[in-house]
Amino acid sequence: MAEESQNKLVYAGKLGYSFRRHLHERFIEIFLFLSAILSIAIMLAIIAMLLKESIVFFRQVSIWEFLTDTQWTPLFDDAHYGILPLISGTMVSSMIALLVALPMGTIIAIYLSEFAPFTVREIAKPFLELLGGVPTVVYGYFALLFVTPLLQTIFPELPGFNLLSAGLVMGIMIIPYVSSMTEDAMRAVPMNLREGSYAMGATRYQTAIRVVMPAAFSGIAAAYILGISRAVGETMVVAIAAGMQPNLTWNPMEPAATITAYIVQVSLGDLPHGSIGYQTIFAAGLTLLLITLVFNIIGHLLRKRYREIY
Amino acid sequence: MRSIKSLEEIRRIIILHKRWDMIFMITGVIALMIAILTFMALFAHMLINGMPRLSWEFFTSFPSRHPESAGILSAWVGTTLVMLVTAIAAVPLGIGSGIYLEEYAPKNFLTEIIEINVTNLAGVPSIIYGLLALGLFVYQFGFGQSILAAGLALALLILPVVIVATREAIRSIPITIREGAYALGATKWQTVSDHILPYSSAGILTGIIIGLARAIGETAPIITIGALTFIAFLPPSPVKNEFPYISFEWLTAPFTVMPIQMFNWVSRPEEAFQLNAAAAGLVLVVMTLAMNGLAIYLRYRMRKNIKW
Amino acid sequence: MQIDHKQIAESAQYKSEVKNLSFFYGEFNALKNINMVLHDKKITALIGPSGCGKSTFLRCFNRMHDLYPGNRYEGEIILHPDDVNILASNVDPIEVRMRISMVFQKPNPFPKSIYENVAYGLRVRGIKQRALLDEKVEVALRNSALWDEVKDRLHNLAFNLSGGQQQRLCIARALATDPEILLFDEPTSALDPIATASIEELITDLKTKVAILIVTHNMQQAARVSDYTAYMYLGELIEFNVTDTIFIKPKNKQTEDYITGRFG
Repeated sequence: MAEESQNKLVYAGKLGYSFRRHLHERFIEIFLFLSAILSIAIMLAIIAMLLKESIVFFRQVSIWEFLTDTQWTPLFDDAHYGILPLISGTMVSSMIALLVALPMGTIIAIYLSEFAPFTVREIAKPFLELLGGVPTVVYGYFALLFVTPLLQTIFPELPGFNLLSAGLVMGIMIIPYVSSMTEDAMRAVPMNLREGSYAMGATRYQTAIRVVMPAAFSGIAAAYILGISRAVGETMVVAIAAGMQPNLTWNPMEPAATITAYIVQVSLGDLPHGSIGYQTIFAAGLTLLLITLVFNIIGHLLRKRYREIY
Repeated sequence: MRSIKSLEEIRRIIILHKRWDMIFMITGVIALMIAILTFMALFAHMLINGMPRLSWEFFTSFPSRHPESAGILSAWVGTTLVMLVTAIAAVPLGIGSGIYLEEYAPKNFLTEIIEINVTNLAGVPSIIYGLLALGLFVYQFGFGQSILAAGLALALLILPVVIVATREAIRSIPITIREGAYALGATKWQTVSDHILPYSSAGILTGIIIGLARAIGETAPIITIGALTFIAFLPPSPVKNEFPYISFEWLTAPFTVMPIQMFNWVSRPEEAFQLNAAAAGLVLVVMTLAMNGLAIYLRYRMRKNIKW
Repeated sequence: MQIDHKQIAESAQYKSEVKNLSFFYGEFNALKNINMVLHDKKITALIGPSGCGKSTFLRCFNRMHDLYPGNRYEGEIILHPDDVNILASNVDPIEVRMRISMVFQKPNPFPKSIYENVAYGLRVRGIKQRALLDEKVEVALRNSALWDEVKDRLHNLAFNLSGGQQQRLCIARALATDPEILLFDEPTSALDPIATASIEELITDLKTKVAILIVTHNMQQAARVSDYTAYMYLGELIEFNVTDTIFIKPKNKQTEDYITGRFG
C-alpha cells in the first residue's frame, strides 16, 4: 500500500553545517537578546539620570538640610530644601489609601476565592479589572468634584483640597490590584489543603482564615507591598485633589503636596533646564524611587519564597 | 468521656460557626458592592455633567478660553499619534524580550537579573519614567517636548506589561509542540515564528491592548516631560501630497493628550471648564474601558478555544 | 555484549550503526556504551523497564537532546550510505532531523489545518510550489491511511481529529519529508486498542519504505510488529537480536526474566 512520491526529497551527502542559516538565526537571537537587555538599560538609565541631577543638587544643598529642614520652598526667594513636608504628605495620603485598599481588597479576594458562586466570580473579576483600568486623572476628577463635596457635607470645615479625599479615592483605585493578586495567591493553594480542612468539619470561614490565608501568606504580603508602592507612587489623584502646597502635617483634613505632586507642579511651570528648581524634581524622584524600590525588593523576596512552597 | 460533647452542644457550635460564615459572606458582598457602587457614582457623575457637552463640535474644536466652544481635537489627535509611537516601540521590543526570556535565555545569572529587573520596572512609579524621559529624550537626545519623547516614555512604561503577557502566553504552549517542530528539522526561529508566536498571539495581543489602555490614561509622565496644556493647532500630517508621501515632522511637534487636556480643565476654578473635564473624562473612560473590555473578552475566548 | 552478526546479517543492509554510544544528562550517565545496528526497511523495537534509557536512546537519533543545555553525547551513530557520524559536532542537528523523522508519545499536531500540519516539514525546507506541496501531502496522508478520512476537510483544524487520527496525522507529517529513518516513541501509549491496532498496521506497512526504530513498553507490540528487538536495562543494551530469538530463546537471563514477567 505504501505509495512513492514522484518527487523524492534527497538529502544524502548534504549533512554538514549551513553557514547562512546559522548567520540568520544568530542575527535574530542577537536582536531578541538586545530587546531583553533593554530592560536593564532602562533601569540603569533611570538610576543614572536621577543620580546625575541629584548630585548637582546635593552639591548646593546638604543631605542634612534635605532630610531635616521642615520647609520645602525651592521656588521661593527664601528657598528651603527640606523633603519632610513632601514625605509627610506622601505618607498620610498613602496611609489613608492603604487603610481602604488592604482590608477591602483582602475581603473581596477571600469572598471571591472561597465564598462566591461561580457566576458572581465570573462577573466580578472582569469588573474589578475594568476598575483598575480607569485612568488616574479620572479618579482625581472624582476625588475633587465628587468625594470632597460629599465629605464637606459631613465635615463642613474641610477645605477644597485635602489629603483625606485624595487618599480615599486612591484606596478605591488600588483595591483591584490588591484583590486580584491576593485572590491569585489564595487560588494557588492546592485544593487538597481545603478538602483536608473541610473533612475535619471546618466551615468556609474557618478554612479561609485558618488554612488558606496562612498558606498563601507570602503571596498576600506581596500583593500588599504592590499596593503600598502604588499608593506611594500615585500622582494624579493627589496632584488634583490634595493641592500642591508642601505642608508638614499629619492631619488628613489639610491640603498638602506629595513627592509626586511636587514634580507635577514644577513640570507644569517653565523651569529652565539646569536650574536648581529643575534639579529638585530629580532629587525628589530619587527619594521616591528609593522608597518604592525598597518595597519592590521586599515584594520580590516574598514572591520568591512563595513560589518555593508550591 | 467528659471531653466528648453532647450532640446538642455540637449542633450549637456548628450553628455558631455557620453564623460566622454568613457574616463574612455579607461583608464580602458589601465590600464588592462598595467598589462597584463607587465606580457607578464616578461614571454617573461624569455622565450627568459631561454628556451635555458631548457633541460633534467637542471632538472637532481646539481648546479655547471660552469653555462653551472648547473641544478636544488637538488632544485626541495627540493621543492617537503618541500611542502610535508607543505601540511601534513597545510591541516589537516587548515581544522580542518575552521570546528571548522564554525560548532563548540560558539559565544563568544575567537572565535572572533581567527577570528580576522586569518585575522591578513594573513597580517603578510612572512619574519616574517621566523624569527619565525628561532627562534622556527631551534634553540628552534633543527630541524636545515632542510626540516622539512622549511616545517613547510611555513605551518604556508599558514594556514590562507586554513582556509579562508575552511570557505567560508562550509558557502555556506545551513543550511537545516545540519538539514536534524541531523533529521536522525546523530551526529555532522557524519554530518560534511558525508556532510559538501564532499560538500565543491572542495572549500577546491581550497584553498589548492592556498596556496601551494604560498608556492612554497616563498623565504624570507626560506632564513631566513638559507637554503643553494649551495647543490650538495640529501636528503636521504624516501623509503628504508630494513625494515621498510620508512625513515624520509630526514626531517632533509639540502636542497635548487627552488626560492632560482633562487635567487642565479640572484644575480650572470655573465650573464650565469642569463640565468640559467631565466630558473629556467620559471619552477617556469609554476608550480605556472598551480596550480593557476587548482584552478581557479575548482572554475569555482564548480560554474557551484552545485546550492543549 | 556481542552482536551475533551471522544471524542478523541475513540480507538487509545496515541503515545505521551505533558505536560505543554513551549519553549524559549533565553528570548523569543515561546511556552506557551502546553498540547496535539499524537495518534498512526493517522494524527494530526497543524494550525495557521505565527509565532504562530507551527513549533517551531514540532521541539521540535525531539529536533532540541538543535542545536542552547540559546534554552530552559520546561515541558515534553512523548514518549510511553517507557514512557520516550524525553526532559529530560539525553536523547540524537541523539537517539530521530533516533526514530522520520522529513521532511522539502523545499526538502533538500543531493547531493549524490538517494540510498545513503535513506540509510543515516541507515548508521548513523552503518548498513553496503549491503543486509539489499538494502531491506530497496527499501521498503522505495516503501512506498514513488517513487520506480517505480527511480528504474533504484538509483545511479544518487538526485538533478536531480523534486521538488515533491525530497520531496518524503526526505520522503523515513525519513521512511527508521522505525521511530515511522513522523514530517512534511509544506511539500508541495514549491511544485506545482500536486506534493502536491501526497504528501498528500502519507501522508494519511503512517498513517497505524506511528503517523504523520504535520504543514500546508493550512487549506484545514489540513481538507483533518488529523484526529486531533490543532489550535495555539501566542505560545498557543487554541483548539485541532477531525478535523471535529474543522472545523465544533469549540468551541473557535478565532478558528472559523481563520477557517472562519475572522482572520487578
